[in-house]
Amino acid sequence: MEKRVTFKGWLLPLCLIAPQVFISAVFFFYPAGQAVWQSLFIPDPFGLSSQFVGLGNFEYLLGDPYYRASFLTTAVFSTLVTLASMIPALFLAVMADRLVKSAGTYRTLLIWPYAVAPAIAGVLWMFMFNTRVGVVSWYLGQLGYDWNHVLNGTEAMGLVVAASAWGRISYNFLFFFAALQAVPRSIIEAAAIDGARFWRRFFTIVLPLLSPTTFFLLVVNIVYAFFETFGVIHTITAGGPQQSTTILVYKVFSDGFVSQDLGSSAAQSVILLLVVGLLTVLQFKYIEKRVHY
Amino acid sequence: MATVSLDNIKKRFGPTEVIQGVSLDVADGEFIVIVGPSGCGKSTLLRMVAGLETITEGELRIGDRRANDLEPMDRDIAMVFQNYALYPHMSVAQNMGYGLKIAGLPKAEIATKVADAAKLLQLTELLDRKPRQLSGGQRQRVAMGRAIVRAPSVFLFDEPLSNLDAKLRVQMRLEIRELQAKLGITSLYVTHDQVEAMTMADRMIVMNAGRAEQIGTPLDVYERPATLFAAQFIGSPSMNVLEVEGRDGALWLGDMRLPNPTGHIGPVMLGLRPEHLTPDPEGAIVMQVLLAEPLGANTLLHGKLATGQGFTASLPGVHALSHGGETLRLSISPANMHLFDTATGARLG
Ligand SMILES: Nc1ncnc2c1ncn2[C@@H]1O[C@H](COP(=O)(O)OP(=O)(O)OP(=O)(O)O)[C@@H](O)[C@H]1O
Ligand SMILES: [Mg+2]
Repeated sequence: MEKRVTFKGWLLPLCLIAPQVFISAVFFFYPAGQAVWQSLFIPDPFGLSSQFVGLGNFEYLLGDPYYRASFLTTAVFSTLVTLASMIPALFLAVMADRLVKSAGTYRTLLIWPYAVAPAIAGVLWMFMFNTRVGVVSWYLGQLGYDWNHVLNGTEAMGLVVAASAWGRISYNFLFFFAALQAVPRSIIEAAAIDGARFWRRFFTIVLPLLSPTTFFLLVVNIVYAFFETFGVIHTITAGGPQQSTTILVYKVFSDGFVSQDLGSSAAQSVILLLVVGLLTVLQFKYIEKRVHY
Repeated sequence: MATVSLDNIKKRFGPTEVIQGVSLDVADGEFIVIVGPSGCGKSTLLRMVAGLETITEGELRIGDRRANDLEPMDRDIAMVFQNYALYPHMSVAQNMGYGLKIAGLPKAEIATKVADAAKLLQLTELLDRKPRQLSGGQRQRVAMGRAIVRAPSVFLFDEPLSNLDAKLRVQMRLEIRELQAKLGITSLYVTHDQVEAMTMADRMIVMNAGRAEQIGTPLDVYERPATLFAAQFIGSPSMNVLEVEGRDGALWLGDMRLPNPTGHIGPVMLGLRPEHLTPDPEGAIVMQVLLAEPLGANTLLHGKLATGQGFTASLPGVHALSHGGETLRLSISPANMHLFDTATGARLG
């Protein structure tokens, strides 16, 4: 049963939502409106006046090979981050679910990385893989592999993916673990009696039952990879080498604040806004329907 | 088709012994009902046979194989769970065919077997539905269907009817029994409902606190309960138990004098089933009636004896009762008197 509170007048409910509305207005609607407005202008190099160009900024962007490359980079990056954070998390959750003893300790330890801020995680990974002083790159060197993410775009991508996914594993683990615990034991037992061994049961029974959680995490992790990995990328690669790790959000920053091309940066923000909107709609559409069986 | 034999099976969870040595030989095709109060270990016993719990001690044989260490899937059993445990993301047909698919049967063969089972259970119309689109009774049937398509040697049921309403329960009880008789598959059936136990069982095992109090046919258990517990658990309303004393060739309850069928001397527990009492102006049992429950076919009279003990009698027909404290004299035939040892509760004579 849903519990509803009924209010008599308008004043109290208005006061109750006012802070939320105020914060959204100041920190979201106002800047978003500004971005949309600015995306229609090109400022002069000194920032003193600006010229109205209509959709010119967008036209330019969509024709810009660097921008399109950044789209592709973002797609690769977010796919990799999502997979690299969800698959290990699911595996760990399945293993933790099988534990009878000390599951609690194991769980707590697995959650720790989530507490590390992205920028700090970035610095951590950067030092481990630092081409001159990094522990991991030194070992790789001993094994005959010359690690250099400063020059090698693929290695740079690998590193930012690892650094971004690492902390997320904890988060995903928590959700998967809770979902696994909620799968009725008797269903698993029925499958065992029906002759399905562990991994068969996992793929034919457990995984389908986890689908609502999996879908939720999929969306959340994609959003994370899009928008919350700025700190990691900024500390480790600053978008390089040769833009190979410049995802859309990073490009907004570098074009706007580094190159001072505010019109283009604003147009990029607007495009990103549309992408988020699309993701949100997708998420609600499916989550509302409660995906699944 | 197979026999099942339990030889002094025990189960310990840590230090607590939940099953304290149960032995039972089930004949091929026999329907055994395991009955007992909540927490007595019925499910645990069944789950040990299924292979879902390890057996701490003793030997389990299914057919001519020792089954203690076999995986559930290698025991050739099927189980129906209390909550049905259907796979929620699969259709009825997929639910029923899952085991066959795992076994690697060709698609066409699975489809025919599922269709046959569905026909038997009147599920044909529902094959494409998902479990959540079914009523409780239909889910129950699907769970049965999933068990029978695999044509196992042994059926295991853990309170399969307890989630159904009373009427459906009676109907499904008959259906399960008919189906089992038709297929001739050895079955172990757990319930805490003594009516189910009485009506369904070839033989039943009355359990209490991890022990088998009695193993026998329903009539055996009703007519010759082996222990005080079995006597009180089976039969409704439950048996009156009185502490009496044997002396001078009679049993004495206070100053009421009852025949002594076994000639026992000294204190002893006497069990009298309410339905075996008959009104008799000369009767030795004097009861003060406090409450009458007319059930139509019979009337339950609740009251107390001169000694202050509570007492229930069930008399045929409608019994006229002027309210409050009327006295009734009752007698019982010596053949219907059950005597039990005061200390151990074991049957005497
Ligand atoms: N995994 C377990 N660990 C410890 N004790 C357990 C475990 N499973 C069951 N028990 C205990 O074993 C006893 C028997 O449990 P069981 O489930 O077999 O009872 P039951 O006769 O089926 O009862 P009900 O009619 O309520 O289903 C109970 O006292 C229960 O607390
Ligand atoms: Mg039980």
